[in-house]
Amino acid sequence: MDSTDNNKILEVKNLKTYFYTDGGVVKAVDGVSFDLKVMETLGIVGETGSGKSVTALSILRLIKQPPGKIVEGEILFNGNNILDMNIRELQDFRGNRISMIFQDPMTSLNPVFTVGNQIMEAIIAHRNVDKKTARIESYKLLEMVGIPDLKRRFTSYPHEFSGGMRQRVMIAMAIANSPDILIADEPTTALDVTIQAQILELMEELKEKTNSSIIIITHDLGVVAKYADRVMVMYAGKAVEFSDVGTIFYKPCHPYTLGLMESITRLDETKREQLKPIEGTPPSLIDLPEGCVFRLRCRYAIEKCRKEYPPFVEIEKGHFAACVRAQEFLSGSLSRVKK
Amino acid sequence: MTDNNKLLEVKNLKKYFNLRGGFLFQKSQGTVKAVDDISFFIRKGETFGLVGESGCGKSTTSRVILKLTAPTSGHAYYKGEDIFKMNNHELFKMRREIQIIFQDPYASLSPRMTVGDIISEPLEIHRISDKKSRISKVKELLKTVGLNPEHINRYPHEFSGGQRQRIGIARALALTPKLILCDEPVSALDVSVQAQILNLMNGLQKEFDLTYLFIAHDLSVVKHVSNRVAVMYLGKIVEVANSEDLYKSPLHPYTMGLLSAVPIPDPEAEKQRKRIILEGDVPSPIDPPSGCRFHPRCPNAQEICSKSEPELKNYDLSGNEHLAACFFAGKPI
Repeated sequence: MDSTDNNKILEVKNLKTYFYTDGGVVKAVDGVSFDLKVMETLGIVGETGSGKSVTALSILRLIKQPPGKIVEGEILFNGNNILDMNIRELQDFRGNRISMIFQDPMTSLNPVFTVGNQIMEAIIAHRNVDKKTARIESYKLLEMVGIPDLKRRFTSYPHEFSGGMRQRVMIAMAIANSPDILIADEPTTALDVTIQAQILELMEELKEKTNSSIIIITHDLGVVAKYADRVMVMYAGKAVEFSDVGTIFYKPCHPYTLGLMESITRLDETKREQLKPIEGTPPSLIDLPEGCVFRLRCRYAIEKCRKEYPPFVEIEKGHFAACVRAQEFLSGSLSRVKK
Repeated sequence: MTDNNKLLEVKNLKKYFNLRGGFLFQKSQGTVKAVDDISFFIRKGETFGLVGESGCGKSTTSRVILKLTAPTSGHAYYKGEDIFKMNNHELFKMRREIQIIFQDPYASLSPRMTVGDIISEPLEIHRISDKKSRISKVKELLKTVGLNPEHINRYPHEFSGGQRQRIGIARALALTPKLILCDEPVSALDVSVQAQILNLMNGLQKEFDLTYLFIAHDLSVVKHVSNRVAVMYLGKIVEVANSEDLYKSPLHPYTMGLLSAVPIPDPEAEKQRKRIILEGDVPSPIDPPSGCRFHPRCPNAQEICSKSEPELKNYDLSGNEHLAACFFAGKPI
């Protein structure tokens, strides 16, 4: 990626995170590279087991070791490699410069502490303030994320909150120290559609207010289309395509991205016709096929795909793809089926 | 019943759950009105979609229709006969014709049984054919749903989510049913696999002349598969219409909000769209709001909405049916 760009707040280079299990080595993330710009929303999409969440956890070094291990790569935050930090630096860093919102708001809050307490904890951990200031600050945060009836809610326990409200609390905790990057791992998957819309709007609003960058991990292409500036598509632990959102949706150059676009049901389509699914199922991460990982499900596979995994290269400015036929898609000599 | 095409008709169905709590005396702590007076019908050969958010009573409805749980009151007519008045023998016979596919392909298959046992169990229970021909029937079913017949002796854990859902479908097909209740059949699956299952279900419908009740919370999936759609909110049906009409010109403000909340996978279209965000949470069904249950979240709510409950009325004058339960149906929000 273009290294002259000073706008980058995060740069991940050739990240490899493996899990050493009894069944063999699971290559959950296998050579992923991307960057995140200031005030940008980056969407990471992919199916279950494609390595989206492990990528996010690796950035914060939250991979449990053993069985997991970051075996290779660099994660540069403002030029400093997160993988070189010692534990003190790391604790200072997590939740302060980069914070995370998890998928399940039911299990990511501590059930035995009040909500107010948990937010205060996040503030006190990183800032040299007394309890009183932290309390006032927490009130402000809860108000910012739209929790009604503050006085009572501050001393409530998580089980007294609905799913949407809990996710709001999680967001309040995550933005407590105005981080530079907010990583949201499927933040709305456990929520109903109307609540999902509320939470996503809130995140968008807060991003404007705090000038932070967001990495949003999701399998919902609608969410990506609406909120992301750039998108990385992952498949079987690898990044297969990376570009701005328009390119990914309108002129994808990797057959997997193409297949994804064709297989979704859309609210705005008028005709009820057969969907075009991607045949087969994702491969086991322990026993990946030789050559391209997508080869066995690919409609465009050729002999060359058997031999080696295609490198993730820039096929046009700012557009990366890992497919031997990407150039053909790009030039139009290999036709994409019209949507 | 004048319409002979109605395969299933549900009338004034109610299902309440009593909440009991306390240590010794199990005092009643209120009633959850999971399904509260709903009526709808399904025509032969169509796919009827039932959408709504969690807790609105979609799944309870499907369970009550099969009498897997007893209704509080109301009727469900299958081919004109009231399911709730059937004796055990009649119920047994009826269940041959109505089958169900569950949401979670991991929890709905017994891990201790082989695929062959799972699919042939309904045949065994209903004493259809001898063991030998059962095996060939199972193999045929596996082929029908796109699985390898040689995998008949494998266990569910050896299959992926999508393949397990295919096994669930094969089991539902084993008794050559007329009506299949599909309770969120694809919501646990990845998009690329979702499309495979939806296509399979579509093909099977044509091949075996099936009728589906398709329950889901994903509006775009429901739109894709259904001929007619009912929208549920807190135990009530708030709107019923042909799929096209419902999505093109929704009448109930909840439907409008729901449709607007779903982001479209198209960045350009999404930029131009104006979204309406419904505020607040779905209230608890234990103590639902008075009058129209949607009124605390409704941008159009007036005084009358909190006082009396709107009835489902037909707003389509062209002969089609487009029902909505709202005093201000069709008013944009």
